[in-house]
Amino acid sequence: MYRYDAYDTQLVGERVTQFRDQVRRRLDGSLSEDEFRPLRLLNGLYLQLHAYMLRVAIPYGTLSSEQMRMLAHIARRYDKGYGHFTTRQNIQFNWTRLEDAPDILADLAKVEMHAIQTSGNTIRNTTADPFAGVAAEEIEDPRIYCEIIRQWSTLHPEFSFLPRKFKIAVTGAREDRAAVRVHDIGLAIRRDNSGEVGFEVMVGGGQGRTPMIAKTIREFLPKDQLLSYLEAILRVYNLAGRRDNKYKARIKILVHELGAETFHEQVEAEWAQLRDAGPNLQAVEIARIAAFFDPPRYEEVDSASYQAKLFQDRTFADWVRTNVAPHKQDGYAIVSISLKPEGEAPGDATAAQMEAVADFAERYSLQEIRVTHEQNLVLPHVRQPDLYALWQGLRDQELATANIGLISDIIACPGLDYCGLATTRSIPVAQRISRLFANLDRQHDIGELRLKISGCINACGHHHVGHIGILGVDRKGEEYYQITLGGRADENAAIGKIIGPAFSSANIVDAVETLVTVYLERRRDHERFVDTYERVGQTPFKEALYGSR
Amino acid sequence: MKTQAVTANLLVDGRVAFLTWEGDWSEKVEDSHVVTSNEEAEWLLDSAQRAVSAQVVIDPYLIEVSDSNGSAWPLSRREQIRAAGPTGTIDTAPDGLTAGLKQVA
Repeated sequence: MYRYDAYDTQLVGERVTQFRDQVRRRLDGSLSEDEFRPLRLLNGLYLQLHAYMLRVAIPYGTLSSEQMRMLAHIARRYDKGYGHFTTRQNIQFNWTRLEDAPDILADLAKVEMHAIQTSGNTIRNTTADPFAGVAAEEIEDPRIYCEIIRQWSTLHPEFSFLPRKFKIAVTGAREDRAAVRVHDIGLAIRRDNSGEVGFEVMVGGGQGRTPMIAKTIREFLPKDQLLSYLEAILRVYNLAGRRDNKYKARIKILVHELGAETFHEQVEAEWAQLRDAGPNLQAVEIARIAAFFDPPRYEEVDSASYQAKLFQDRTFADWVRTNVAPHKQDGYAIVSISLKPEGEAPGDATAAQMEAVADFAERYSLQEIRVTHEQNLVLPHVRQPDLYALWQGLRDQELATANIGLISDIIACPGLDYCGLATTRSIPVAQRISRLFANLDRQHDIGELRLKISGCINACGHHHVGHIGILGVDRKGEEYYQITLGGRADENAAIGKIIGPAFSSANIVDAVETLVTVYLERRRDHERFVDTYERVGQTPFKEALYGSR
Repeated sequence: MKTQAVTANLLVDGRVAFLTWEGDWSEKVEDSHVVTSNEEAEWLLDSAQRAVSAQVVIDPYLIEVSDSNGSAWPLSRREQIRAAGPTGTIDTAPDGLTAGLKQVA
């Protein structure tokens, strides 16, 4: 993992001191709320429905066990004993107090964490494949470049007041687990014909009220030129992006209005000006950062006991089937920990669960944890012979639900239960769907089905890219839910299509059941829900939901 | 004629609060000072603004409430959730939510 150097330590420490003084001046009346609001947002402190919410950055979703313990401490000491892992691989604490905020930031700084640039029109936390560094088919570890981007973008003076927020995601694998095509910039590590490693650069993806799939504007960018190219994109956006209408201010609108080709030409022209003088990466600097992400020393592992357990314990085998992925190292496994137990709020974890995960990471995963954009956790380095004991430990903490990628592994935004922007609730709908499909045998029979719920058009619950997407809409004070089908966030990213009129909150769960029934009746062989939908189209689903009108 | 009360968030901890008959702030919506005329509502909001100047609350505003049995209850779902807390998370839905809320929770 990356460790802070003297610059990082000084920068984060100074920010804590500054914010402590700003909070003091707010509380004694020296600063008005209008003056203070932008200062607290610079430190990730929002005022939501019920309290101040602190959003803490988890760079590219990587945590040490020590950091997870600190998050548990913050949940217990300063909050109501739990935290909420988000679709940006961050964590939010929903019940913090303003007067405690400087102490929380000071505690975070002790473990090399902060909340800088988790709000505002800046470059936000760069996200990554949660299997980075351990995925079998990976070209290179994307976290090296995420960390380089983090250092380049943190307090970057030119990009601190962009037209809107700006999100970058990086993957190093062919299989996209980072949803790179629905980010402002998506970077996919590629190898060209000569074997050189670089990036495919995609720009202008996003969700919200105008969902778009990012366009590839460069098939291959040599990796040493990453920062100058990013700087060229950001400059074009900073100059030409709209500032008169916040709903048209994201880079996706600019790319769409200019056209990808014109946008590409403008970026290339800008890049021509700065590619030689710009912040290009020396091999020695890439190597310095890469050293922080060197693979650990793996042991020779005898997996015979693991194989035996798979035959002896069917429940364990079911969990392995959904929650355990192949590791690049023989004898090791990648374990996904579901934060979607039956009937609970997706992404929530109690302080006790966070501490348990820290314990498991120390015992079984070389102290390392990942957060996924699907609001789950990952232990990336588990020896196969340890899987059975780990599974038993996870079960004791209600963390062993065998549902990764299944219908109850729901992404849901906080919705109107917490969020000041939401118009409807999403968590209770997720809970009802989770209960309806509680039978894990049935879920396993249904197979992979990505269901995502947003409580308003801002789409924080990623409904546009759900195989089944659910968007809450307020109709004269009543909660209704609109269904989209066929969205996907993977390497074949697509925006879902609205199937028809919205359903009342009383009927939305039955509608999901109907969709699943149609799928099961029509699927062939091992088709997933989205495969069947793409083959048969909307009609049978629509007829089942609305009749043949 | 609207029946209204004033709500805000407390500066120190951000908790939801309601302006009371005594001119204090309570976290219980039923303690709200309820008014039924526009003149009274303006007066109520003015007095809330003094609490802003005194660094007690942030962003006060009027909400519509029902006032059956002398106990205020917000009409909109958003304000009901602000008053009663999250409906389906680790904080369980408290009593007093409307039928519409209970249906989903």
